Formats: sequence, structure tokens, C-alpha cells
Amino acid sequence: MDGFSWIVLSPIKQEIFLSLVGMLLLLVGAFRGKTSVGFIVTAVVVAACGAIAGILSGDWTPIDTLSGMLIVDGFSEWMKVLILSGIVVSLLLSVSWLRENNLLKFEYPILVLFSGVGMLFMVSANNLLSLYVSLELSSLCLYVLAAINRDHLLSSEAGLKYFILGALSSGLLLFGISLVYGYSGTLSYVGISSFLETAESMPYGIMVGMIFMLAGLAFKISAVPFHMWTPDVYHGAPTPVTALFAIVPKVAAFGLIIRLLVGPFAMLAQESAQIIMVISVGSMLVGAFAGLVQNNIKRLLAYSSIANMGYAMLGLLPNVPEGIAGTIIYLTIYMVMVAGVFGILMSLKRNGQSIETISDFAGLSKTSPFMAYAMTALLFSMSGIPPMAGFFGKFFVFQAAIAGGYMVVAVIGVLTSVVAAYYYLRLIKVMFFDESAGNVDENTSLSRHFVTVGALVFVLIFTLLPNHLLQRAIEAATSLFS
Amino acid sequence: MFEIGLVHYLILAAVLFTIGIFGIFLNRKNVIIILMSIELMLLAVNINFVAFSSFLNDLSGQVFTMFILTVAAAEAAIGLAILVSFFRNKGSIAVEDISALKG
Repeated sequence: MDGFSWIVLSPIKQEIFLSLVGMLLLLVGAFRGKTSVGFIVTAVVVAACGAIAGILSGDWTPIDTLSGMLIVDGFSEWMKVLILSGIVVSLLLSVSWLRENNLLKFEYPILVLFSGVGMLFMVSANNLLSLYVSLELSSLCLYVLAAINRDHLLSSEAGLKYFILGALSSGLLLFGISLVYGYSGTLSYVGISSFLETAESMPYGIMVGMIFMLAGLAFKISAVPFHMWTPDVYHGAPTPVTALFAIVPKVAAFGLIIRLLVGPFAMLAQESAQIIMVISVGSMLVGAFAGLVQNNIKRLLAYSSIANMGYAMLGLLPNVPEGIAGTIIYLTIYMVMVAGVFGILMSLKRNGQSIETISDFAGLSKTSPFMAYAMTALLFSMSGIPPMAGFFGKFFVFQAAIAGGYMVVAVIGVLTSVVAAYYYLRLIKVMFFDESAGNVDENTSLSRHFVTVGALVFVLIFTLLPNHLLQRAIEAATSLFS
Repeated sequence: MFEIGLVHYLILAAVLFTIGIFGIFLNRKNVIIILMSIELMLLAVNINFVAFSSFLNDLSGQVFTMFILTVAAAEAAIGLAILVSFFRNKGSIAVEDISALKG
């Protein structure tokens, strides 16, 4: 490779490496078929870990590449570490569950890998074109993953719903992009922000375009105007896919939204804050109140994720590095908690069937006390009870919102988190105080146990050693503003 | 003499886009019609891009159109594949039959 193309391509060598690995493994799978699944899963996990190591050991000075299409800076690198860890964790969680349920096809890890590559590009997109293409790369893989259990009605219905609403939202996003392009005359983030800085009056087209774009992106993080797919898809998709949906894509979509708000739309901070406020308050209310009446545990987790995305958005309101650092910390902690909860969920079976409803948890504290106590710690953390990590996530975003003068939104946030605490505590009550209807079998695999215990340890000791994570999040957020 | 300008293209695109959205929400019959509506929305966006591109004398809008066409083809392929697997499980692709997941 000559010197020039090395300079152009070296900032994205991890993505290129992962894409090549994905294509190679696709060939391996196509020729060796079912026998190669174990090898492919291992290879994807090893490749993703290698990419994490490469990013962590690399240079994080900001550099843009491919004619400004992509930017690589402290923010994108940290988000990439989060995304790749999420991919690794969700594969570790899911393999043995998929094998037991006869769903472990060789396409599964490869689709996860390709959607991961799309997400890596999403957080370093620096142009509306690379934004769209990377978003679609990850979404198209996720549509297929939702419908991966193709002999099962619920899974294919979940895939169909996810696909239709996803295509609608990318249509809205594209309409917004076309307006922003038309009124600013450029697709690059730098060009848009310099156009908005020099414009004498704000063109309405850009504002309308921004609203359309944020509405389209709200789908990807399951925030309020487009949250309705979340409970259905979480419910219908196989549990490992649900875990993947809960852990990874939202982080990537948040990365994309943060870069849009801080970069090209920085001059529209006033207007975008109003939109974010509506989205955030709506998500918190819907997530808290609709979750109260759920009986299916996956639907409950879906509403909990809607509410959590509302809290994470609070940090974006003031458009300052501290707030964005708060959002990054919130997302990191949320990822870990959800990974732990899904690890427990996939380990439990009642009469040979996966646990589906909340009443299936009855008497868990007697049959498998470790799982019950671990779940309790994670649920306390999700409802934001102090010594656990979840409290600090909420603390940082509420602090950012109050410092930015968004007192009312922060108060609504606190109140809805009290409401949401009801459904987390109800689950604890069912586990410890309700009569068990039958035996719950504990069924752990080593890798899943590893993730569950890891999440539990993180949630419990975060309060003792928060500095490293805080430091990284603050560095990532400040790199956006330099 | 009546001139067709940028505004006319934008209005056409906005109307087509709105028809596409209404096609998704008001249609009670068939999922294929939803797929057609999605296609209509994407093509309306393409009209926007090409009109802006020619108005601004800037090629990047037309490049974007090419990407949208390509991605839309992939998206339609995946959508039809999911639809086929849904049909094999349910035996119907009527919109009102997509109702197993509720709550």
C-alpha cells in the first residue's frame, strides 16, 4: 500500500479490518456450513477484542479522513470502544441460549459484526452521506436479526414491524437531510456549521430539516414519537437479539445525535434543545407509566429502555461538555446493567421454557438465590438507588440539566423515575415474597455467567472507583468541542 | 410563459412524501402497499435531492440520490424476505393480521 492511501485509511483501520473479517467469515460459513458456527463466533469475538485493543492503544488526536467523510477523535474512539464491548458482551450472552434453542446459525455472529461495523461508522460520520449509509448498514442487519427465528410467528412479526417503522423513520431522516442540503448547499458537517455561522437569517428549511432528522433518529434510540416498535420488537425477537437491541445500537445512535447537535447544528442549540426536551419528557412519561401495566418481562424492559433514553437525553439539553459527558456515563452504566439483566433472564427456565412473564419469577429467591440477589442489585441500580451505579448515571444527567437551567425537565425526570421504581421493585417483591408455582431451573453457561457477574461487580463497585470512567467520558466530550 | 422552478419540484416532492406517509398509516389491506409507500417516500426525497442539486450546481446531491437508490433496493429485498417468512408462519399478509404482539 502506498504512503498516500495509508494516510487516508489508517484512521479507520479497525473498521476495515472488521469488514474484511466479516466477509471472510461469510465465505467460511458458506463453504463449511453449520459445522463452522463455533469457529465463526470465536473469530468474531476475537476480532472485536482485537479492534478494541487497537483503538485503546492508538492515537486519539482528531483527524478527518476520506475527504472529510469521517472524523476520528476522542469522542468517536471512546464510543467505538463502548460499541465493540457491547457487541462482544451480547455475543457472549447469546451463544449458548441460541444453541439450546437451535437458532445458532452461522449468519448470526456475522450479522452482528456487520451491524457493529455500521455503528462504528455512525459515531465517526462527519457528512450527511456517511451518516445515512452507516445508519442503513447497521439497520439492515438489525432488521434481519429481529426476524432470525424464521419459523416462529412472533419473531417474523417483530422483524416486519421493525422493518416497516425503520424504513419510515429513515424516510423522515432522508427528507430532513434533503432539506438541510438544499438550504445550506452542502452535505459536510463543517460546511453546514460554517454556513449557519455566517448566515444573516436562519433559513426555515434547515430548521424543518433538523426537526425531520431528529424525528427519524428518535426511532433508532426508541425515544418518544417513534417508540411504538420497541415493546413489540423486544417481545417478539429472540431474547439474545433483544439483548443486542437493548445494549448496543442506542449507544451508536446517541453518538450520531450528539455529533450532529454539537457540530452542524450547534448554532441551532436553542431550537434543538426544545425538540430534545419534548422527546425526553415524552420518553420518560411513556416509559414510566406504560411500564406499570406490563406482565411480560421483555416488554417491561422495553418500556424501561424508553424511559432510560429519556433520561440520557437530559444531558444533551445544555449542549456543553459536562452534559454530554453525563450522557456518555449514563449510557455506559445502562449498557452494563441491561447486559446483566439479560444475562440473568437467559439463564432462567421454568419447566424447560424460557421465562417470559413477571409471575414466572415467583419464588426465585428460594430456588436460585444467587440469581435473585444479582437481579435485585441490578434492579435497584436501574431504579437509581444510591450505592449502585445507576444512581450516578441519573445524578450526572440531572446535574447537567439543572446546571443548564432546565429545572422543570429535571423535576419531571425525578418524578418519573419514582414512578418507574414501582415496576422494578414489584419484580423484586415477586422474587422474594410470592409463592413459587413450580421449579425454576438455573441454566448457566460459563460465558453468560462471566457477563452477569461482571455486570454485578461493576454495578456494586462503581461507587468506589468511578474516576477512570468519568475521566474517559469527560475527555471524549471535550474532544467534541475543541 | 410559465416556468417550472425549484419550488414546483419541492412541492411535488412534499406531496409525494405525504402520500407515502399516509399510505403507510391509512392502508388497512396489504403489507405490499406499505412497501410501495416506503418506496414512494424515498423517491420523493430523490426528487428533492436532484432538484436542489441542479439548483445549487452541486453534484453531491445527485451522488446522494444514487446511494438512496442502492440502499432502497437492499431495503426492499430485506423487507420482502421478512414478509415471505411472515407469510409462511401466518398464511396472510393483511395488515390487520399483524397483531400477535400487543400490550
